[in-house]
Amino acid sequence: MSTEVKQKESLFSKKNRKLISDPFNDNNPITVQVLGICSALAITVKLEPAIVMSLSVVFVMAAGNVIISLIRNLIPNRIRIIVQLVVVASLVILVDQFLKAYAYDVSKQLSVFVGLIITNCIIMGRFEAFALANGPWKSFMDGIGNSIGYGVILIAVAFFRELLGSGALLGFQVIPDSWYIANGGFYANNGFFLFPPMALIVVGLIIWAQRAKNTKLIEEN
Amino acid sequence: MFQELINLFVRSIFIENMIFAYFLGMCSYLAVSKTVKTAVGLGIAVTFVLVITLPVNWLLENYVLQPGAIGKWLGAGFEDVDLSFLSFIMFIAVIASMVQLIEMIVEKFAPALYSALGIFLPLIAVNCSILGGSLFMQERAFGTITEAAVYGLGSGVGWFLAIVAIAAIREKIRYSNVPAPLRGLGITFIITGLMGIAFMSFMGIKL
Repeated sequence: MSTEVKQKESLFSKKNRKLISDPFNDNNPITVQVLGICSALAITVKLEPAIVMSLSVVFVMAAGNVIISLIRNLIPNRIRIIVQLVVVASLVILVDQFLKAYAYDVSKQLSVFVGLIITNCIIMGRFEAFALANGPWKSFMDGIGNSIGYGVILIAVAFFRELLGSGALLGFQVIPDSWYIANGGFYANNGFFLFPPMALIVVGLIIWAQRAKNTKLIEEN
Repeated sequence: MFQELINLFVRSIFIENMIFAYFLGMCSYLAVSKTVKTAVGLGIAVTFVLVITLPVNWLLENYVLQPGAIGKWLGAGFEDVDLSFLSFIMFIAVIASMVQLIEMIVEKFAPALYSALGIFLPLIAVNCSILGGSLFMQERAFGTITEAAVYGLGSGVGWFLAIVAIAAIREKIRYSNVPAPLRGLGITFIITGLMGIAFMSFMGIKL
């Protein structure tokens, strides 16, 4: 921003901290900006892939924002989309190879969705809206903030789906066995939560809860 | 053979619908579905690009990227070259340049179509369903280029149906009394979820 008064800002000034905290609520990438839903919802059946996916996006987003911000004055405007795609694609290849080497099972579960981080709209969106106009440190903070805001929703959706759908969290059974009807109890898992459409409905309900609290986000129509 | 292609086509439209089964292309699906007219434009553009990029990426996958593929035509010394780690960057480069190319061709030879698709064409390079189509093609290892093209057409038509349907519902829902915090985005998510449940009934069909 050119109108800004040139003064030395501390690394964690109020404004910089706001870059991180804003995306949690007022400017959440999924529930407010509507970005990055594409590759997100299909991997929220269980908590573990959701966490791995969030961490991958945090890495790609932060590193990508810094790289784009560093070379922002060298990129010709007309071909910037292709330059951005190449930067993201290279980072995603790193993540993919890393997952294949150290977390093969999760990498199999995520299947094509690791590759789809490339076209995750939130990454391109932040490059366009933020990294092309701001310095590396600010872009880094913005990247961390937005990707964590994205991860929080992802993990929340996965939490409900795994808890209600299979009665477990991170693969550990949390609903006591004696509760189940098969063992003479009263409880049954809602298998419906394991199907894809429930992810959309859970996100819809999260949006409802968030906007009921935060009324300035309510849309006209 | 022909029957298999039809099976693949129907399966990719209804059972493995890009939106309802894999959530691919959701960003533009949510952003551009306010009116039916723009939804139709974007749907056609996506179908068009899927039909063209999938066969191109199939050729790339089978003659360059697969382990040993490049040795088939470069001959001795290249038999054990494995370029599969490059597939993401190659696919996205093909998609971005194909979109650019298609944009120029359409502008030159079909100005009417160009003005109809206009703003949507460049957006498609970052539509997840296009890259998703290529990655699914790679994962399922289609045997022939025709299969890849048919899969692209089917996925595109499925995406088209989904976005046109949600746009029509959103036009109607403007007259309904939705609870204030759910208006706009929230109710769209829930409707998409309900449509997905309806589409799940196709899962029982064995093809």
